[in-house]
Amino acid sequence: MTMCMMLTSIAALFSGGILSVLSGGSGSRPSRIGLVTSLTGAVLAIAAAATVLWTGTEADLRLAWQVPFASFYIAIDPLSAFFIITISLVCGIAAIYGTSYLHPYKDRKNLGAAWCFFNLLFASMLLVVLSRNGVLFLVAWEAMSLSSFFLVMFEHERHEVREAGWVYLIAAHAGQACLMFLFILLGGQNSSLDFDKFTTPMGTAAAGIIFILAVAGFGAKAGFLPLHVWLPDAHPAAPSHVSAVMSGVMIKTGIYGLIRIISLLGVPPQWWGWTLLFIGAVSGVVGVLYALCQHDIKRLLAYSSIENIGIITIGLGLWLIGISINNTALAALGLMGGLLHVFNHGIFKSLLFFGAGAVAHGTGTRNMDLMGGLQKRMPGTALAFGIGAAAICGLPPLNGFVGEFLIYIGAFGIVAQGGASGGPVAGGLIALTALGLIGGLAAACFTKVFGVVFLGEPRSSASKGAHEAPGSMRFAMTALAVLCVVLGLAGPLSVRFVSKVAGQMLGTAGIADISDMAFRIFLKISLGCGALIIITAILWALRRILLFDRVNNTGPTWDCGYSAPTSRMQYTASSFSWPVISMFQWIVRPRVHRGIRKGFFPSYAELSSRTDDIFRRYLFEPVFNAISRLAQAIHALQEGRNQLYVLYIAITILVLLLLKVR
Amino acid sequence: MNTWTDIFILVLVLADFRLLATSRLAAVIQTTVLQAVCLSAFMLTMADRPWPLLLISLALVTLTIKGVVLPWLLGRAMREAGVQREIEPMVGYSSSVLIGMALLGLSFLIFVPLKASISIQSTFLLPGALFTALTGLLMIVSRKNALTQVAGYLVMENGVYAFGAALAVEEPLLVEMGVLLDVFVAVFVMGITVYQISREFDHIDTDRLSELKD
Amino acid sequence: MKIMASIIHILLALMLSPFLMGIINRVKAKFAGRKGQPLLQTYYDIIKLLKKGSVYSATTTWVFRMGPVLGLAAVITSIMIIPSGGIGGVLSFSGDFILMAYALGLTRFITVVAAMDTGSAFEGMGASREAQFSIIAEVVLLLGMATLAIGTKNISLSGIYSCLWGGSASPLGPAAFLVAFALLIVLLTENARIPVDDPNTHLELTMIHEVMVLDHGGVDLAFIQYGESLKLWLFSALLAGIAIPFRTGTAYGDMAVNITGIFAIAVLVGIIESCMARLRLLHVPQMLLAALSVTIAALLWILR
Repeated sequence: MTMCMMLTSIAALFSGGILSVLSGGSGSRPSRIGLVTSLTGAVLAIAAAATVLWTGTEADLRLAWQVPFASFYIAIDPLSAFFIITISLVCGIAAIYGTSYLHPYKDRKNLGAAWCFFNLLFASMLLVVLSRNGVLFLVAWEAMSLSSFFLVMFEHERHEVREAGWVYLIAAHAGQACLMFLFILLGGQNSSLDFDKFTTPMGTAAAGIIFILAVAGFGAKAGFLPLHVWLPDAHPAAPSHVSAVMSGVMIKTGIYGLIRIISLLGVPPQWWGWTLLFIGAVSGVVGVLYALCQHDIKRLLAYSSIENIGIITIGLGLWLIGISINNTALAALGLMGGLLHVFNHGIFKSLLFFGAGAVAHGTGTRNMDLMGGLQKRMPGTALAFGIGAAAICGLPPLNGFVGEFLIYIGAFGIVAQGGASGGPVAGGLIALTALGLIGGLAAACFTKVFGVVFLGEPRSSASKGAHEAPGSMRFAMTALAVLCVVLGLAGPLSVRFVSKVAGQMLGTAGIADISDMAFRIFLKISLGCGALIIITAILWALRRILLFDRVNNTGPTWDCGYSAPTSRMQYTASSFSWPVISMFQWIVRPRVHRGIRKGFFPSYAELSSRTDDIFRRYLFEPVFNAISRLAQAIHALQEGRNQLYVLYIAITILVLLLLKVR
Repeated sequence: MNTWTDIFILVLVLADFRLLATSRLAAVIQTTVLQAVCLSAFMLTMADRPWPLLLISLALVTLTIKGVVLPWLLGRAMREAGVQREIEPMVGYSSSVLIGMALLGLSFLIFVPLKASISIQSTFLLPGALFTALTGLLMIVSRKNALTQVAGYLVMENGVYAFGAALAVEEPLLVEMGVLLDVFVAVFVMGITVYQISREFDHIDTDRLSELKD
Repeated sequence: MKIMASIIHILLALMLSPFLMGIINRVKAKFAGRKGQPLLQTYYDIIKLLKKGSVYSATTTWVFRMGPVLGLAAVITSIMIIPSGGIGGVLSFSGDFILMAYALGLTRFITVVAAMDTGSAFEGMGASREAQFSIIAEVVLLLGMATLAIGTKNISLSGIYSCLWGGSASPLGPAAFLVAFALLIVLLTENARIPVDDPNTHLELTMIHEVMVLDHGGVDLAFIQYGESLKLWLFSALLAGIAIPFRTGTAYGDMAVNITGIFAIAVLVGIIESCMARLRLLHVPQMLLAALSVTIAALLWILR
């Protein structure tokens, strides 16, 4: 039954895509078709997945397929169900948002194609998470990459969008190549590519190579440093609902793939956990440092996604270290924390991208240094974005705290046990330091975003004339904001759900007391968060009562006696983050350009700063330039004369004949 | 007595951080005095009571040379050269402290697999001694002022001394007296040299001395 | 019985915390040769402010009005978590200091955001400096707690503090005092005391925490000042629990010792403020790095 619902959902998505292309490119009919089918697909998928998680029974379907080594083998187990819920929730709400967001483009662009690819992206992500056969997995993965590529290129008339799409395509296919090698290796050891037939002996070189390929291939999609260079260009270039889907769930399919492949391989050696831990710590810290340097709001959110992938990977690293030293508590807490953060991040990152899209839609710019004072002009967006910003900093009583807390107590637990296990204690300490540093930096980053964009005075005419986002965009944002608050208070419930997944991965018996302990702790946390909200309400009421019949005036902000304060005297985004950036400038290397006209009373002065991604500039660009030079050298072989080409063919045939005769 | 050894090594390590973080030459010299006190003290606490007379006299000699004579020489050089601070080191002070933290962790990591094979009283001793030697090396490599470099040499020798006191089994006293004599002569000579450099060039910035090459 | 003691501790914290400011000011006055304000001056100030009306800037929104309320609520929630000497907090569980640290982070978040709401350059300046210092201070706090957790093999604040000096000898030894020193520096940073920030300065360009609350007045300022005294009580309680090396064994005895310790720390803060000058802003991160290196030395001591 659950499988039927799942298949119906995918079918609905496919048919919706085809119908919206066929319905003609203009008008709002493609949007309506796309919306209805996306929502249908989302609801059915969530229903199927929730049934599997709630009852614990798995469902599968196996059909033959004429392609060699392939079979249409899909299954829903708790891990897949968890990711299905995340994907469907975010995609469904993104569809609601997208109808209004794409409305201004309805006459200029082919909306049918846009909705077709959106549905295709949604369906292929579901297939990735469902498939249990190597070939099916790779086909779904490729479909996901291609459909998101076409969505990124929605505004292909702009130069930076074309370049971003190009980099994205290359990165996606480089990752895909690693995955192909991965499956070839896995399949070569066994005779088929079905997941349940994979048995690779641990401790051999093959297992190690498989792990490295998995980290490279899935990491390129997830955004591990230094394979992240496509993310900060591709996510801002796409339309906002697509950015939300890409940042919120598409990069998480990389995490899914990593978990799935590792779980097929048995008990890992300890260095696997250490690798993930280091990658996670470095991605998290450097990601949020780069986020602090940005002026473009969507690029900042893209780097922040890299940071959160870092946090999730720290959790996964602790999971693997826990398995390898046979410490179920550490493994369970790391895995549960990482998975919960996958879900929660999907929610609040989509919310933030929706807000950024609404702001770009209302002001016409993405540059934060030109914004300000948008709270008064876009109150609904501001409230939702504020809740999203507080959630991403991991502040209680919102949902960001829940996942991070589990990873924290996993790390603290192993650190407190101490004693004989020296290595894991160091691992726990690294996790703690990284999480603490990331938390502080993220707080600085998101106070900057919220403060500079929505509060204060407008810094330019673009933001003075901003207008509020249309109805369904606001509905989508409000729905996600409410979800943030509810999930924050309903911590125990989230723990119950995710412990089903942990039970599948680690064995239900072992994690029973861990999940009970986590459940009880979260009951107390929810008590504390509830107390926080109640005390806030009491104090607010007290304040209203006290100020009720007193003199309440309005005046200007205290300006220390300056006679002509302007809105440009406020701190900008760059100046707010400058103290932190200068503390870390040996990593980030910002470049500052100062221009002042000479003379005693210069009438013109300017200061600008920019930060390039050092991985892109010093790692990837030299490599690709070298490849380009090599290609130019080989280009000499192609002179354009067909006699030469026929000669090449003749020589090749002769050589092959000689080899065969030997 | 084991705990007291550990406490003195802990103070030695904290003194190393102080050396990496400060720019005042007077503070550097005072910290080397503190390190000398710690070294003499832990030599005493590592041995069993009652202390032989030879050990007490050795501790007193160490204290005198490292804690009184050498700092006085350095202080005199400082007064005659007229410098008070290290102005612009090659590695900044915050970065030095962060590198110091990394070196401390590294020192611990190096000795973790050796814990069982070396039977000494304290597991903090060897990493602390190695860290002190590395701190001295870091000071020599990253500072430009000649006096700070001499102080770094002293600190490095403190670390080696601590190693020797911990590990030397046969005739530790002879080894240590020899090293001490070496250091005394070296610092004496360096003090004179620094004074001459300062008199000739009006500064003791070793970075600028590279102008002398042709 | 223990719950009763914990609840009484919360009530005492709520009632006595403004007294700490009075003690600090009296100590500073004595050092300066003055007679000084009355010891209960902070209470008088808060009551006076609660009686006033309000003037709000036209630039500000609901965020500005929410800031003091939410900040105070978060600090009160943290007070419910912290232990008092050997007695546990009301809301204690494994990993509760993470909730405490993040609740204080919530206070900082909403204060910074409320400061940016005024659209003034001064508030932005204070906000960005505060953000910079709190990054390192939070790492120091977390690693200090990790050291204590390793030493006492416990990951709940109440558990850590009751194990800390409870048994025959402390499992931590001198490392406890190193952590106490680092925690003192964190206290001075988080509560905006000299040498990090001067609470008595009148020049906006030199302020950090003061300038963030520059535009608040009346009832809002009363909430903010009360919240500041509660935060000082919170950090002093944590510090007194580590630094005072004995436990009486009874609940109320421990609480009395802890409260005496809190007052002693207030006196210590007053002495530090009178004897030191404020550091240059560039040197404050260096001071925090010194605290971090002390914490790491303590950590490695415990792990040896």
